[in-house]
Amino acid sequence: MTKVLEVNELKTHFFTRDGVVKAVDGVSFSLEKGEILGLVGESGSGKTVTGFSLLGLVDAPGQIVGGTIQLNGENLVGLPEKKLRAKRGKNIAMIFQDPIATLNPLLTIRTQMSLALEAHARMNKREIESRCIDVLTKVGIPDPAARLDSYPHEFSGGMRQRVAIAITLLHSPGVIVADEPTTALDVSIQAQILSEMRSLARETGTAMIWISHDLATVSSLATRLLVMYAGKVVEEGPTAQVLKNPRHPYTRGLIDSLPAMAKPGEPLTQISGTTPSLLSLPPGCPFAPRCDRASEVCVQDPTPETNADRMWRCHHPMQEEEAVR
Amino acid sequence: MSLFFQVDQVTREFHPKISLGDKIASKLGARVETRSVKAVNNVSFQLEEGQTLGLVGESGCGKSTLGKLAAGILETSEGTVLLDQKPVMKDGKKTTTRIQTVFQDPFASLDPRMKVGEAVAEGPIANNLVSKADAIAYVKDWFARVGLDPDFTDRYPHQFSGGQRQRIAIARALAMQPDLLICDEPVASLDVSIQAQIINLFLQLRKDLNLTCLFISHDLSVVRHVSDRVAVMYLGKIVEEGETSAVFENPAHPYTKALLASVPKLVLDKDELVQFEAIEGEIPSPLSPPPGCYFAPRCPYVGEKCNQTNPPLETVGFERKAACFYIPADFEKANKQA
Repeated sequence: MTKVLEVNELKTHFFTRDGVVKAVDGVSFSLEKGEILGLVGESGSGKTVTGFSLLGLVDAPGQIVGGTIQLNGENLVGLPEKKLRAKRGKNIAMIFQDPIATLNPLLTIRTQMSLALEAHARMNKREIESRCIDVLTKVGIPDPAARLDSYPHEFSGGMRQRVAIAITLLHSPGVIVADEPTTALDVSIQAQILSEMRSLARETGTAMIWISHDLATVSSLATRLLVMYAGKVVEEGPTAQVLKNPRHPYTRGLIDSLPAMAKPGEPLTQISGTTPSLLSLPPGCPFAPRCDRASEVCVQDPTPETNADRMWRCHHPMQEEEAVR
Repeated sequence: MSLFFQVDQVTREFHPKISLGDKIASKLGARVETRSVKAVNNVSFQLEEGQTLGLVGESGCGKSTLGKLAAGILETSEGTVLLDQKPVMKDGKKTTTRIQTVFQDPFASLDPRMKVGEAVAEGPIANNLVSKADAIAYVKDWFARVGLDPDFTDRYPHQFSGGQRQRIAIARALAMQPDLLICDEPVASLDVSIQAQIINLFLQLRKDLNLTCLFISHDLSVVRHVSDRVAVMYLGKIVEEGETSAVFENPAHPYTKALLASVPKLVLDKDELVQFEAIEGEIPSPLSPPPGCYFAPRCPYVGEKCNQTNPPLETVGFERKAACFYIPADFEKANKQA
């Protein structure tokens, strides 16, 4: 399989007045053609900053301070803005959570899509129109030719997100980073978009990074799962294996705290405490203060352990209940 | 059994503001079209003491409006809301403190310039539930009960995390010693691990205080976990109501069925990915709902009658009501077996 994206020891830090916030602190992963990678974590875990870093969208006081991002073999870290711009939207694109904020309310969909197309390609009006209709059809917008001259407010929330997705598809990028793209949508609309994204990845070979706080949504889409906590990847592996047999206590806790995991009316298994402030992280494993398996050794940074295609970062991993088939 | 809480054929309409030009035109005899939205359309339900009713639906279905009507903080256009046979609202004013509400956003529901202890004490003092002298001890006691350090009463809201703020909001509602607690998406803005803590707190307090609850949420798994009964809303109407596990296991209304099928589920004992089915189409605009059943344009079971008449909410099984002319066959079968 061909690797389209390879991220190695990525570090994005924010230099604030109160100190250095290590929002992303040594994240590594790779992505193959047509693969959907799920990136889960709670607020403040660094999942969104990871996504932003991939597109070079981190603003001051944030900065990528280490690591590499290889997109089709070319390192994006340290690339001048002009060269990044030439890639953004063409080779790697992003879908954001809030489609109201991503679309310009004053411009028609046609204008916005033409601008995005003309940024990377020379096309005449007719070519532009046929390409726009093409991608709008792909994301399931009924009667796309007629909707081209509509303004964003004339679309419903779900349709607006489809338009935003269509714009990212204009140049058929190799990688799409989707940051909580269905969080603001209703379940019935979310289901429509999820199943369309899945078939898109299958048909076009576009690789996707699906960032979300919702384990259930990610697990229905992603073949591989990356669990983040306080700027670090604490567990990685094939989705079904990670869910069935998590090695890191945090992953276990996340799964167990879902209401679906308990009998109705019974108390849920909860993770005690709250996510630590990134400004004053505990020494060693950041999850240790909330972890019921923690011991003295946990004040030292756990080194990542690997087995087959799985990785976890814990001194006291959960036992493997059965051999990996 | 006496009826503890009753929402009886309640409707709430919202009218758009009429412009001055339109007002003059209508005075002069011109026909001005005013379009109103029935956010809640002829809804009835009852709650027995100690029971929790979950109210689910997608955005715009009217579940929050119904919550406000039930809480007596929004006036009904038609119909009445009764607590112990007495209306909860009279002449535009709330008549009882026995109903309290916890809202979704703990950042918006607390005054940023007021110490949280004062915010919790304000209501009970104003309603003579506690004297000013005893208020501090009273509030500290409530802080302890919701799992907050009693010494935190002198702090301001910005010094707390989202989960802690939601605990404060719960303490503030419960300090009024309500009999009915209305929770409008109380865990929607919280992280999963914090969400579990708040749900556990809610379950514990409900048991300790024998609270009756209306629990509004779009999250089906949360509602399934906390409710005894569940009501499903679509476009201002309740389309199905019944005992929680029965509704989830054996939905009668095609919308409930479709809604349940479209939720991504976490299945741990399978090696392949779980498939889910999407409902086709979108929720119609409440400004111009379709004639007949509102779900008809998206419904796979649609029949002739559906596009003409709106089906009434009728008893379709043991403690079960649904508003549908053509209830899918698999429901009836399972129902007879039970």
